[in-house]
Amino acid sequence: MSTIATPRSPYTRTPRRGINWEKAGWVYMRVSGVVLVVLILGHLFVNLVLGEGVKGIDFAFVAGKWASPFWQVWDVLMLWLALIHGANGMRTIVNDYASNRGLRVTMKTFIGLAAVILIVLGTLVATTFDPCPQVSPEQLNLLPSFCPPQ
Amino acid sequence: MSVASASRAAKTTPRPGGTLYRGHEGMWSWVLHRITGVAIFFFLLVHILDTALVRLSPEAYNAVIASYKNPLMGIGEIGLVGAIVFHALNGLRIIAIDYWSKGVKYQRAMFWTVIGVWALLMIAFVPRQIMVILSEVQG
Ligand code: HEM
Repeated sequence: MSTIATPRSPYTRTPRRGINWEKAGWVYMRVSGVVLVVLILGHLFVNLVLGEGVKGIDFAFVAGKWASPFWQVWDVLMLWLALIHGANGMRTIVNDYASNRGLRVTMKTFIGLAAVILIVLGTLVATTFDPCPQVSPEQLNLLPSFCPPQ
Repeated sequence: MSVASASRAAKTTPRPGGTLYRGHEGMWSWVLHRITGVAIFFFLLVHILDTALVRLSPEAYNAVIASYKNPLMGIGEIGLVGAIVFHALNGLRIIAIDYWSKGVKYQRAMFWTVIGVWALLMIAFVPRQIMVILSEVQG
């Protein structure tokens, strides 16, 4: 068997077994990117530009949005897509710059942990949210106006 | 080839063939994309934590979100929105380069389109944001 390819022989791919995860990640960056353009620019427009802008954001504002499944789905989708996209992008950057193997593994572990913990936390917050929670009397005026009297 | 003639050749062909990411718009857009990506990632970590406070109490959430409304943060938000809008638009440009058959040919034009659309969106957003900041200061 020859170990050196014949000169000018065309490039051939070595067939590999199983799923090409690096390619899956590459495709994911692009697919999630397209969806995130809509989700994030929509999020910024509704929260920062419409109404009173950032000035109008408080508990009642969030409660008004998350009283509707539409915004719950929007925000949870944005959470998952953005965190996985961002964490995978950070993984690429760590691979590019961290030349020490131990450092690389440590940093990627932290990135992965941060992503998993925040996805779980964020999903729980958005899906178990109660727009009209039982509160102490001095917080009653912070609730949205549609809440029944306590 | 001697060093001198090599560098002369480099001058007469400023853009080496077949490379998109070495020098000029191709490289600087990549640098900006990387910096904005990291910045947005760290902001997102904090933003999920502050939003999670809605589950604790209305009081806790309002107290922390109030810090987003001070004028300095209002200006910081302009930077954040600028970074996100650039990353989003340039991300679409990257996708076009990779999937559209003419993407590489038009990557330079697409970069300047990204800058143009970015400028338009910022011209729309910045005055709005300054109005919001001022109304916050004046109560
Ligand atoms: C708004 C819509 C977005 C679009 C269209 C988009 C698009 C892209 C694309 C196409 C890439 C290149 C991937 C590659 O070269 O393989 C990328 C990289 C990256 N993105 Fe996004 N992205 C968006 C939002 C975000 C968000 C919200 C974050 C942060 C949480 C983020 C963080 C990153 C990071 C860290 C990288 C890696 C940069 C690098 O390798 O140089 N992106 N993005």
